[in-house]
Amino acid sequence: MSEKKHFVHPYIPNSEPDVKAEMLKEIGVKDIEELFEDIPESLRYRKEMKLPKPLLSEMELKAHFERLLSKNKTCKENISFLGGGCYNHYVPAICDEINGRAEFLTAYAGEPYEDHGRFHSLFEYESLMAEMLDFDVVNVPTYDWTQAASTSIRMAGRLTKRSEVLVSEIVSPDRFDAIKNYIEPVMKITKVNHNMITGLMDLEDLKKKINPEVAAIYFENPSYFGIIENQGEIISEIAHKNGSLSIVGTDPISLGLLKPPSQYGADIACGDIQGLGIHMYYGGATGGFISCRDEEKIIMEFPSRLFGITKTAVEGEWGFDDVAYNRTSFAHRENGKEFIGTASALWGITAGAYLALMGPKGMQELDQHILQKSLYAIKKITAVKGAKLRFTSSQFKEFVIDFTGSGKKVQEINKALLAKGIFGGKDLSYEFPQLQNCALYCITELVSKEDIDKLAETLNEII
Amino acid sequence: MEKNKARLRTNFHQAKWDEEVIFQLHTPGERGIIVPKVDIEIEKEVGNGLSTIPENMRRKEAPQLPEVGQMRVLKHYLRMSQETLGADFNIDIGQGTCTMKYSPKINDAIARNPKASEIHPNQDEETVQGALEVIYNMEGIFKEISGLDRFSFQPSSGSHAILVMASIVRKYHDLKGEGDQRNEIITTIFSHPSDAAAAAVKGFKIITIHQGPDGLVDIESLKKVVSNRTAGLFITNPEDTGIFNSKIAEFTKVVHDAGGLCGYDQANANGLLGITRTKEAGFDMCFFNLHKTFSSPHGCGGPAGGAIGVTSQLQDILPVPLVEKTGDRYHLNYDVPYTIGKTRAFYGVFPVILRAYAWIMSLGAEGLKTVSEIAVLNNNYLLRKITAIKGATSPFSGGKRRIEQVRYSFDNMFKETGIGTHDVTYRMADFGFHMWSSHHPFVVPEPFTIEPTESYSKVELDEYIAGLQQCSDEAYSNPEIIRGAPHQSVVHHIDYSVSDDPKKWAITWRAYLKKHVNK
Repeated sequence: MSEKKHFVHPYIPNSEPDVKAEMLKEIGVKDIEELFEDIPESLRYRKEMKLPKPLLSEMELKAHFERLLSKNKTCKENISFLGGGCYNHYVPAICDEINGRAEFLTAYAGEPYEDHGRFHSLFEYESLMAEMLDFDVVNVPTYDWTQAASTSIRMAGRLTKRSEVLVSEIVSPDRFDAIKNYIEPVMKITKVNHNMITGLMDLEDLKKKINPEVAAIYFENPSYFGIIENQGEIISEIAHKNGSLSIVGTDPISLGLLKPPSQYGADIACGDIQGLGIHMYYGGATGGFISCRDEEKIIMEFPSRLFGITKTAVEGEWGFDDVAYNRTSFAHRENGKEFIGTASALWGITAGAYLALMGPKGMQELDQHILQKSLYAIKKITAVKGAKLRFTSSQFKEFVIDFTGSGKKVQEINKALLAKGIFGGKDLSYEFPQLQNCALYCITELVSKEDIDKLAETLNEII
Repeated sequence: MEKNKARLRTNFHQAKWDEEVIFQLHTPGERGIIVPKVDIEIEKEVGNGLSTIPENMRRKEAPQLPEVGQMRVLKHYLRMSQETLGADFNIDIGQGTCTMKYSPKINDAIARNPKASEIHPNQDEETVQGALEVIYNMEGIFKEISGLDRFSFQPSSGSHAILVMASIVRKYHDLKGEGDQRNEIITTIFSHPSDAAAAAVKGFKIITIHQGPDGLVDIESLKKVVSNRTAGLFITNPEDTGIFNSKIAEFTKVVHDAGGLCGYDQANANGLLGITRTKEAGFDMCFFNLHKTFSSPHGCGGPAGGAIGVTSQLQDILPVPLVEKTGDRYHLNYDVPYTIGKTRAFYGVFPVILRAYAWIMSLGAEGLKTVSEIAVLNNNYLLRKITAIKGATSPFSGGKRRIEQVRYSFDNMFKETGIGTHDVTYRMADFGFHMWSSHHPFVVPEPFTIEPTESYSKVELDEYIAGLQQCSDEAYSNPEIIRGAPHQSVVHHIDYSVSDDPKKWAITWRAYLKKHVNK
């Protein structure tokens, strides 16, 4: 018992009995209990919480987690064709080095003086992303693409004072669901159909559904199915003629070769930065960007932090600061724009480092690499009897394979693939009733030719 | 060996590299990293691939990213990191409400394990049993900490958890057919700004009640605003003043009697672990910030992570999926009858959940209670010492103890010397400290909020106090040195005049060039 009393936890220096006694004396109380006197006895918890036995030594803790995590099978140990919003791209060593730096990892909300580097690096993230997007404004990242899209739509609602958004029906159902939850009941969400042969937006349906209450049209390019939408300009025009905004969700990694949304009429572009030098983490390492022209009216609707560059009292010194801070809920609570708090800044810094390393040539070469490999994969997979490419339009990185001809369900196919160490494409049967027996395949640079060949061979054996 | 003593770092100087903006490092032709070419066989099969991109979707000009060699990119980022004052470097107690505690390195090492970082959210459940077990076990732990019945770790942050709470409140009243009528959320001025702001996003009208002379909202003010329009109450306790509202159970009763739900903002829970729980205070739901109380590092502003808990009455409204255990297998459950649906991509901020779990496992029930006890001890020690500094007060003291933080005021000093909180925050940087004012509005004039957590030794707390003492001394004897501060930080007085001027502000380098260089 007395031994227990004298246990000093390495994370809690002042649990050392002499120090504790000295501090209590300074405060003028005998026991720590007295410091809780404002909590009524009826609210005091007098039992001991039933928590697992602690692993007090670092050694035991480490061993415990190694055992626990070893139950996972990773995309490194297997061949993965999974995408759908979380991507297994190559992470340059420098990205891990930078976001592992204790300064960046453990800083939070310092002033632009002692945290100059935080402001500087996030300003650069905004600037590098702006080049990818060919827009002049990018936010300090929010949680994920879903949040970025939701906020973009709410921004459009406030800008136009309208309350409906038309959303492409081939947005991931999870994202659609979360957008819906975020915008209701203030706004209403309506789906726009796509042509289920080409995968492109059905413009007739769009024209039918657009009306004076529509604040924005939201679509993604490349879409959830990897389809390159080539009617962006027309869609934006339809939006603008109606006084609505055109909002486009995009995968920034595609923009080495693909036109950014700004170049086909988008007013706001949004998406996720996870693919830019950040590991997958079970889908938990996301970061959302929102980007637009340098137009006061739109900028004033951002809930996010926006870091800007400025000068200091010393000639030649760069300084950084929040731009238009008064928009935020930090400044005006419920009268600010939506809300702001801790989100995904470290991933923003990481994505900045990634783009700085890649440079213009790196991004172009990477996109070509992915494009060629996915074309190869399409060729190999569709050579398997019973596997067809579902949509006729051009694709980037992801594509939908229809296994109807095989007479097998995706679930069965994926189970058989898994037995051979292959994570088959995501089963779309549950998400889209029109896509029974279809799977979403994703090809990144980390999938090798041998991996693709092995997939094709294995599919041949299975179906 | 002689015992360590507090010493103010008057010779401190933060790293200052006078570093360029990355675009200024552009040297055409340099490369940061090589992307491999595809195998020759692939090229033979599919050609260069480029022609498959529809003509009108081909990017004509490459993105104007800078071209910089690898070592220079690295150096650039390392220099910027050195110009950032992480919690690992300073006595980071000046950012009250944010719980800047030690984030143990072992937890980062655990999170860096490829077995955690290289898993995809759409993998077969059989292949992610470890990840699901982490989330499942965390739920069990949070049920104990709060006394509530079910938890989801899907919220991306504390503010996002408030949005989830607001979504649950709306759904609950919709299901009862009172959704249109019950459109008001009540909160208090010393609750986090997001308690008001995130609830407003869900279309609620916000009613903010203010504190009485003792710093607390009295029950009568609450009774005045509850009605059949009340959807719910979102309240922090202890509030940002660090004062525990001892009548909290009466508050929840008043709101329940009016037909509303109660959501406990437990962002300030660092002094409450094993001391008092959500359940006994009568709340229907609550949330915790995994990056505050549960130590996941703040990452310059994220990744954050939230845990939302509810009583059994609300469990069928939680976001999907929940994690369940059948036999010895873990799985994702989407079959939640009245779910508000998805609220973020995938299942939550996994690396943050994992680090928080590791932190809890390194402490256990007794350790968590010690965390809270020592955090409260440290705070009340500081209260004693800081209020002894000339010009500093702790409004609403009235002999009250404080839990884990205190909102102080330099109003007296400001009135007597013209030196206020903002001046002090700049001067504190000269000694290697960070000090923050407070959330707006400044109900407490010239506010600053100090939260020592359990992580810092008495000697370190004394060092911080010496910094505040030095600022006070200077305010009364040599205010000019404060007005010119910071002197020893990375940069000097920033020109804030551009930040609110649309003609001058520049949120990106290209905007800067357009507005200030190539006008």
